[in-house]
Amino acid sequence: MNILETLQLSITSILSNRLRSFLTILGIVIGVTSVILLISLVSGLKSFITNQISGLGSNIIFVIPGRIGGGRGPGGSQINRLTFQDATNLKNGLREEAEVSAAITKVSTVKFANKESKNSSVIGTQSNFPKIIKLVKVTQGRFLSSSEGESGKRVVVIGPTVKTNLFNSTNPINKSITIGNARYQVIGVLASRGSNFGIDQDNVVIIPLNAAQRQFGVTNLNAIYISANTTEKVKDVQTKAMQILLKRLSEDDFTVQTQEQTLSTVSQITGVLTAALGGIAAISLIVGGIGVMNIMLVSVTERTKEIGLRKALGAKPQDIKNQFLIEAVTLSSLGGIIGIILGFGFSLIINQFFITVVPLWSVLLSFGFSTLVGIVFGVAPAIRAARLDPIQALRYE
Amino acid sequence: MSLVKLSNINKIYELDAGLTFQALKNLNLSIEKGEFVAIVGPSGSGKSTLMNLLGLLDKPTTGSYELDGHNVAQLRENTLAELRNKKIGFIFQNFNLLKRTSALNNVALPLIYSGVPRQLRIERAKKALEEVGLADKLNSLPNQLSGGQQQRVAIARALVTNPEVLLADEPTGNLDSKNGEEVIKLFQELHKQGRTIILITHDRNIAKSAKRVIHVKDGEIL
Ligand SMILES: Nc1ncnc2c1ncn2[C@@H]1O[C@H](COP(=O)(O)OP(=O)(O)OP(=O)(O)O)[C@@H](O)[C@H]1O
Ligand SMILES: [Mg+2]
Repeated sequence: MNILETLQLSITSILSNRLRSFLTILGIVIGVTSVILLISLVSGLKSFITNQISGLGSNIIFVIPGRIGGGRGPGGSQINRLTFQDATNLKNGLREEAEVSAAITKVSTVKFANKESKNSSVIGTQSNFPKIIKLVKVTQGRFLSSSEGESGKRVVVIGPTVKTNLFNSTNPINKSITIGNARYQVIGVLASRGSNFGIDQDNVVIIPLNAAQRQFGVTNLNAIYISANTTEKVKDVQTKAMQILLKRLSEDDFTVQTQEQTLSTVSQITGVLTAALGGIAAISLIVGGIGVMNIMLVSVTERTKEIGLRKALGAKPQDIKNQFLIEAVTLSSLGGIIGIILGFGFSLIINQFFITVVPLWSVLLSFGFSTLVGIVFGVAPAIRAARLDPIQALRYE
Repeated sequence: MSLVKLSNINKIYELDAGLTFQALKNLNLSIEKGEFVAIVGPSGSGKSTLMNLLGLLDKPTTGSYELDGHNVAQLRENTLAELRNKKIGFIFQNFNLLKRTSALNNVALPLIYSGVPRQLRIERAKKALEEVGLADKLNSLPNQLSGGQQQRVAIARALVTNPEVLLADEPTGNLDSKNGEEVIKLFQELHKQGRTIILITHDRNIAKSAKRVIHVKDGEIL
């Protein structure tokens, strides 16, 4: 009896027991749907972060406080020792080969007249910031001048969300707005960067570094951005920057990361996430497989008489085994296919809000895995069916 | 050489609580190729038990069974399956049709295991059903058929493989005399073609149409 005949037989049997078949594969459907969905979320997150980082320009080097990969997590409970002095040292030391810009980030409420924009990111930085972070562009007015950047004059460049919240479509230039409890004069408006993963990147105001230090009473920096003049120099600049920083700081106080390293860190993190989520989903697939086995065992018992008859009419043990094995595999692959379609559908819906990406490998993996589950959990019932004694099976009531 | 040779066959059923029941007692029987044999005997005398042994569905507790010169006890499971499929047509006392499966597909079932392609299977099953007068019931399910019709489907299924030996356990038990006669005529026709036919019956008239009658009582041949 060939495989095609057996397949036909199992499809007939699956279709003649629609509800039971559906309940049998439900576990697998849910498992595969969640695998596809979770992986599409993590992949989406990865592609989002990667795009964001790549968008900054490939020559970028980040200096951030604390040590990444040194046992303790980045930031965390460590004391931030990165100061303006370090930025100045870097600027002087790397004058020939790179731009250097320091930044402080805070969150505050921005007000104008009776309107306000809550939870806006306040970035205190220097005039060369847009030269390094290419995504920061001014569409109206101008960015901080170099004298403003150093002096701490209270001027501000506002993001599109802040502009909409405070000014609607009226002209914001030269208006005086309140950040926290200090007044700033608007000198420019930034181009939109959009929003993703629920974070509005346009709800931002940029003020001179000095003004931010004074207003928020901090001397530490959240980051120093370095942009090497050429791509070839990135490694050199990184090494040099580390040497400069080590004169004043210890190794544990900072991390100097090229964009390439940052991307690989992102890759590592999303890799771990994928593995963890994939593991959880795999467990649910195994549970689904046990469901298939359970129903197949019931089905073998229920169809004992049929098995006896088939054997009496000339079915070999192998024929019976194949019949039940292929039925289990067909069921579980069907569950896999439905799960893939559902997972794809859900991730398309979620894609309206967050980026989701369904990688081909996740489709192949979950299909392969669900088929494997069918084989693994279908074997025991199939063997049991194949071993039945014809006359005893025929007499079974 | 006999087609069937039973020597000193005993069949002991294990009952619950360690009790046993001996259904066949030291039975010896030879049947030649091409014979038309009727087995008669009271209910519970062991006729079906004997038939199941002959049809390779069951094994004797002791004794030897030679089918066409082969010692059945030494045959492998796959060989037994092939013999059941190709050599033997078995008509069960209680039909044993697959539920939720049309008459046509029920009849075509053994041909699946002979490796006959689908189209040919359907053709042959149709022809077999026509022979037993059910040309108009091809797509009926067993529970849509009368007892006699179900019995005829079971007969068609046994005939569809053109078996050398036909084992029929009360094939006319559910048929009216007219249909019963038709079936017996069919058997006689097959017998003329050289097939071996062994049938169990309560009907004296039918037993008369056989060339040889074997009487069974309390698990023994009289
Ligand atoms: N699986 C079994 N377990 C125990 N006893 C059995 C089993 N099968 C049959 N018997 C017993 O063996 C005896 C013979 O049964 P069998 O079915 O061969 O009778 P039969 O001659 O075919 O009767 P009938 O004409 O009513 O069909 C009966 O007494 C029955 O109770
Ligand atoms: Mg009987």
